[in-house]
Amino acid sequence: MDITSHKHHISQQYNVELDEIRTHLAEMGGMAQRQVNDAIQALIEADVERAQRVVDGDDKVNRMEVSIDEECVRILARRQPAASDLRLVVAVTKAITDLERVGDEASKIARQAIALNTEGEVPRGFVEVRHIGDKVSEMLRDALDAFARLDVNLALKVVETDKIVDLEYNSAVREMITYMMEDPRRISRALNILWSLRALERIGDHARNLAQYVVYLVRGEDVRHDSYDEIQEQIDADQSDQ
Amino acid sequence: MSEQRETPRTHALDTKRLRDTYRQGQSMGGEKTSLSLRDLQLFYGNDRALNGIDLDIPEKRVTAFIGPSGCGKSTLLRCINRMNDLIDNCRVQGQILLDGEDIYHHSVDVAELRRRVGMVFQKPNPFPKSIYENVAFGLRLQGVNSRRILDEVVESSLQRAALWDEVKDRLQENAFSLSGGQQQRLVIARAIAIEPEVILLDEPASALDPISTLKIEELINELKDKYTIVIVTHNMQQAARVSDYTAFMYMGDLVEYGDTDTIFTNPSKKQTEDYITGRYG
Repeated sequence: MDITSHKHHISQQYNVELDEIRTHLAEMGGMAQRQVNDAIQALIEADVERAQRVVDGDDKVNRMEVSIDEECVRILARRQPAASDLRLVVAVTKAITDLERVGDEASKIARQAIALNTEGEVPRGFVEVRHIGDKVSEMLRDALDAFARLDVNLALKVVETDKIVDLEYNSAVREMITYMMEDPRRISRALNILWSLRALERIGDHARNLAQYVVYLVRGEDVRHDSYDEIQEQIDADQSDQ
Repeated sequence: MSEQRETPRTHALDTKRLRDTYRQGQSMGGEKTSLSLRDLQLFYGNDRALNGIDLDIPEKRVTAFIGPSGCGKSTLLRCINRMNDLIDNCRVQGQILLDGEDIYHHSVDVAELRRRVGMVFQKPNPFPKSIYENVAFGLRLQGVNSRRILDEVVESSLQRAALWDEVKDRLQENAFSLSGGQQQRLVIARAIAIEPEVILLDEPASALDPISTLKIEELINELKDKYTIVIVTHNMQQAARVSDYTAFMYMGDLVEYGDTDTIFTNPSKKQTEDYITGRYG
């Protein structure tokens, strides 16, 4: 079923409204993505100015969430959307909540960057931050692309990557704990890195949520609490069914 | 972190099960079937208006027929109590089974069929009589004249039609003194006074204001405890609000039939999707 065509309603205004929430979601996604990338960069390069910009920029992401939410409520009230239109509006309202949280996590990382600058450097953990940071940044980009292109396979890739990120996060945590045990004087500084890693891992979870909304939007199936294999199985079954 | 939860897999919509159910022509998800339509075709002269409809309508549920004007939904509804018999050169093929019996069999008494399958039309059509006599009409026709029985039935029917409180002090007034919404509920009371099994509603609220419409919808919801209800409506939100199952028809074909939640959130046919989302097909 071609659900990419939000342009074929008898009401032209309705086409415009649905198009707008998709565009605004993409804009908000781009904004959240920039915040995450800047925060990682600020942490790695100890760039306080950039970190401060991320902290200040979070408000813009928050306001975007409120305004898209209002648009969605307006569509629900005035258009009573059904089927794929309804799923689009519902998926967008859920997605913006996740994106807003992504923004929050980015500003948490930026705050850790500022703290590290005042409390002094830690020699460990940056490799992991860069590595996991790259991965979740890619996940976020793919999830947003999947949303824009209604690409279920790309969405599945995001769900799959999240598992890897979780594993890498766990091993990074172990390493930081070992480091803290070796030199308890650096615990407070090492914790800053640990919180940042934690924030990155959460961003990965939000990207996975976005990907799951894409599956819901395209296929009408709620896969939020299903594992990757279960989702894949379900999609295969549906494809053979059609 | 992704947690593998132990809870069973939940699906908002078990579309596959329903699609299978539909394909096998079984009754809906284990519901008891009240009406079975089997390869139902209807011709006006040489023109075929219904192209072989297969449909099981579950008992004590609300089933809605939706579709654009001229798709055959009203024609289909009227087949169920043989209203189309009254139209010249209209011919019906196939079967409609009510509790397993073919209603088009030559031995069927049409008057008795219409007692079992009541019908309410778009425009309220009370008789030019008192409110009381409108409701008592069907019983009087059956030869019931006992004042006690009539009083009882009139009261209980008006109560079930959610009209009693509004008319109990004016039962002898002419039915035309009621508002449109009240008249429609009176007609429903008249239909249920003779204890039908099935109630057919043809656009029952399209001539009513929003509040009266909601009252009718609320009434439909109450009535489904006792009766099988089939409703034709142009108002898709109304179908979504009141029905348990929805059948989408297009140009004499049954395009898709499924539980209302699925039809309105994740229909499997493109034509259904286009219609309910207001796209041009």
